[in-house]
Amino acid sequence: MKTDTIAAVATGLNNAGISIVRISGKDAFPIIDRIFRSKNNNKVLSQEKSHTIHYGFIYDDDIIVDEVMVVIMRAPSTYTREDIVEIDCHGGITVTRKVLETVLKHGARIAEPGEFTKRAFLNGRIDLSQAEAVCDLIQAKNELALRNSLNQLKGKMYELIKKLREMILRDIAFIEAALDDPEHISLEGFTEDLWNHIEEEVFIINKLLQDSKNGKIIKEGIKTVIIGKPNAGKSSLLNYLVGEDRAIVTDIAGTTRDTLEETINIDGITLNIIDTAGIRETEDVVETLGVNKARKIAQEADLIIFVIDSSTRLDQNDEEIFELTKDRKTIILLNKSDLDSKVTIEEVSQKTSHPIIRISLKENEGLEDFTNKVKDMFFQGQILFNDDVYITNERHKEAFEQVMESLKMVKQSIEAGMPEDFYSIDLMSAYETLGRIIGENVDDDLVNMIFQEFCMGK
Amino acid sequence: MSYIYESYDVVVVGAGHAGCEGALACARLSLNTIIFTINMESIALMPCNPNIGGTSKGHLVREIDALGGEMGKNIDKTYIQSKMLNVSKGPAVHSLRAQADKQEYSSSMRKVLENTPNLTIKQAEIVEILVENQKVTGVKTYSGAIYPCKAVILCTGTYLNARCIYGDVINYTGPNGLQSANQLTDCLKALGIEMYRFKTGTPARVDKRTIDFSKMEEQEGDKEVVPFSFTTNPEDLNKEQVSCWLTYTTKETHDIIRANIERSPLYSGDIKGVGPRYCPSIEDKIVKFADKERHQVFIEPEGNYTNEMYVAGLSTSLPEDVQVKMYRSVPGLENVNIVRNAYAIEYDCINPLQLKPSLEFKNIEGLFSGGQFNGSSGYEEAAAQGLIAGINASMKILGKEPLILDRSEAYIGVLIDDLVTKETFEPYRMMTSRAEYRLLLRQDNADIRLTKKGYEVGLIDEERYQRLLKKEEAIEKEIKRLNQTTIGAKKEVQELLERIGSTPLNTATTLAELIRRPEITYDMLEPIDKDRQALPKDVIEQVNINIKYEGYIKRQLKQVEQFKKIENKKIPEDLDYDKVPSLRNEARLKLKKYRPISIGQASRISGVSPADISVLLVYLNYA
Repeated sequence: MKTDTIAAVATGLNNAGISIVRISGKDAFPIIDRIFRSKNNNKVLSQEKSHTIHYGFIYDDDIIVDEVMVVIMRAPSTYTREDIVEIDCHGGITVTRKVLETVLKHGARIAEPGEFTKRAFLNGRIDLSQAEAVCDLIQAKNELALRNSLNQLKGKMYELIKKLREMILRDIAFIEAALDDPEHISLEGFTEDLWNHIEEEVFIINKLLQDSKNGKIIKEGIKTVIIGKPNAGKSSLLNYLVGEDRAIVTDIAGTTRDTLEETINIDGITLNIIDTAGIRETEDVVETLGVNKARKIAQEADLIIFVIDSSTRLDQNDEEIFELTKDRKTIILLNKSDLDSKVTIEEVSQKTSHPIIRISLKENEGLEDFTNKVKDMFFQGQILFNDDVYITNERHKEAFEQVMESLKMVKQSIEAGMPEDFYSIDLMSAYETLGRIIGENVDDDLVNMIFQEFCMGK
Repeated sequence: MSYIYESYDVVVVGAGHAGCEGALACARLSLNTIIFTINMESIALMPCNPNIGGTSKGHLVREIDALGGEMGKNIDKTYIQSKMLNVSKGPAVHSLRAQADKQEYSSSMRKVLENTPNLTIKQAEIVEILVENQKVTGVKTYSGAIYPCKAVILCTGTYLNARCIYGDVINYTGPNGLQSANQLTDCLKALGIEMYRFKTGTPARVDKRTIDFSKMEEQEGDKEVVPFSFTTNPEDLNKEQVSCWLTYTTKETHDIIRANIERSPLYSGDIKGVGPRYCPSIEDKIVKFADKERHQVFIEPEGNYTNEMYVAGLSTSLPEDVQVKMYRSVPGLENVNIVRNAYAIEYDCINPLQLKPSLEFKNIEGLFSGGQFNGSSGYEEAAAQGLIAGINASMKILGKEPLILDRSEAYIGVLIDDLVTKETFEPYRMMTSRAEYRLLLRQDNADIRLTKKGYEVGLIDEERYQRLLKKEEAIEKEIKRLNQTTIGAKKEVQELLERIGSTPLNTATTLAELIRRPEITYDMLEPIDKDRQALPKDVIEQVNINIKYEGYIKRQLKQVEQFKKIENKKIPEDLDYDKVPSLRNEARLKLKKYRPISIGQASRISGVSPADISVLLVYLNYA
């Protein structure tokens, strides 16, 4: 059984305000001792009583990372039955990430999705029947998580990984063919080609890692787009959502302009509203961005909110949007229920099978129904969403670093003048590692995905 | 009329390379064994290529030998040319290949069979396997004789419902015009066994006197011949070797083939069986690699007893008239006479997923099988399975645990695991790239890997086992010594390094460290290694390899450790997959059908995802 120490961000959906970094394993206390200083620097947490909470600071060497509260819990009276330390961070996503990185730097390993729960099971904290009960849940959620992480990887990065794999596989295949049929296929002069290919691969991966550092591939929450023809009430809806006591969570640094703009929290569920600026300023996504762009946004979105002005008849614009929402998770809002109704639920339901809710943003009517609907869809797993995107990325990062290591080994083998069959050993591990990122290989070891959805928040 | 003839412990059906190994293993383990062959002249027949070994296949032969099989010994006795392939590559892919005198090979194996106690040979066709309550009880011959037995090993090769085809000519025979077996398939189907139809092919044999060798490149054997068997004294192998010859197809060859392609039964649809991608016919090669200007053709002697030569690379099922024209378009073959036509052969075999890793049928107790019948191709693949089937039929009767080699232990393990786990849609050929841990599965260390297993099974005698233990001890001792012997930057050391073209030393180092340099071998260091004792060559080889590639070997060992973890998690034979919650449908169906023995095996079944494996792990309460 694994006895190393794992860490991850334990707060799932609730990313407003406080997030918790959880550490579990035999080095949990030594690690916190290395990075925690109390106000007067007079506390050593490993010496403190179990199940107590402490105020202080996380330091990376001599630099303050965050002001925190730390809970220490000694085995076996913990969730995993191992020593657990929880760090409550206050500084938002970026700082939480730095805290986690500090913990990792000092000896913990990033937890696999669901690994805390897995340890709880393995250490007898929960029994088989409980585990079985969660199996059903996981089945749906596994696919969900997988699909989601694939979605996330769509586009440039996914294409790059595929390209990398193809490049590597071709080289492996060539070497292997020559080994199996030396009388027909010669490897003469191949080493030089291989060297060049590896240089190119290393270059690509370096760039990816750099991107990851800049936070470009870090996203959170349900990608949501509000769509509707001019004056349907999109900006009022947005104002309603971001206003009142619902806080706008800070923008994610480095996020590119055409992905996310506003992050909204509905009872712990995070929505990322795509291109809200566009909605606010121009009032018309379809018109401003053009149908193609709108279609693209609609396709990338996890959730579409289609706002219809029920006081005017449905027109060509609406028809186009109905077309866009086909096969997409969508909630249709019939706004302006306070006015004379020209569009009925019956009429709309003939055009679509999406849920339809009558609201009035002006009179504040039906909005509870709407947010409840969002929650329902989320908890029933209808909206694809991954609450550990950040972790996934951390794992991707580790995977890429592993690939770099493997490629380095190949280069070392080449430099050491090893025969070609040695190259394919490390090329193969690079290939497998890349496959793991995009879910395209069956690696016995990565397995234990059963607990994937039980990730950090129990 | 049927009647009871005689009872045996084990009945082996077929005396090809699988059948011979299977029968010998059983008889040597003191079981009363009978082997049936359709024709006494076809024992250990080599109906296709005239050689044993080659890349990855050479490994198989070495492993067969280490487990106490016969193939290695037999080819050592009857080889006429020997070559170590891939010597410019790493030790893991060095592969031994020997040309055989086909007749000698066959008769020598027959002699071994005939002189093995407990083994009866019988010329007869088996038409029925007798089964009661899903348990084998005997076999029945064409003449109605019933042989009650405890276990049956099916090694029917390419004989079941066989037909040989070239052009529009179809012969309803097995290879070489030998009688096919046309009744057994129906019986197997009635027993609920799922059958496949595969095909393979062979090139023509030509008359040596009609070949102009001056237009070809001579391919000689190695000066220093390495035996296949760990029991063969290399000095006993000294003999005059014969040569093979290399020539190439021409544009004319390709034109002839293209002009007649529609006359190939492969293209007309007359052949329905699935052929191996690895051994394509020349027409396949020309269609698939259209821009390749020429293909290699190797002319190989069939033996010292004959003028017949095997034309490797020109396997075909084109009509006779095209064959002659095409062969004669190859430089050196302008006036060639074809002795036997090339042909494709179609035959029945099983879907090997019906087998356990012990090679026993999952649904019929006591029924084992090996060789091409299991969907493989090649003499060596057949022999390896035959040996394992023989051992495990014996273990079963003796009430012992089956011998199951895993992927980290032997190519044989990879071969059988692939066959019984992965869906195979073409005749399966062994390849080095199929072995994930090939750095550990070298042909040079097959004895170290497997002799102990052969000994435990009872096929390796005490003396051979003790010899192995001594060898292991000597290797270990010498590695230790080399790691501990420090060498200073003395004048004689620097001079030696300079002479070899290696960098001189800055500070003291160990002998092992020096051996790790790519340009240095163990042997080269003799002048500066004062305490060195004379060691046998095979010990030196192991010492050299183990020190030189230590880093890589350690990494593979780590991978193996991971692999073993999941491999050792067994799945109970009676697991009710319907009761396992949350398996995906496809996975549930596959798991129910194939019933893997371990989580590891389950994870290699296509259609079983990591998520399904996790579900199993939790359900079975595994970490």
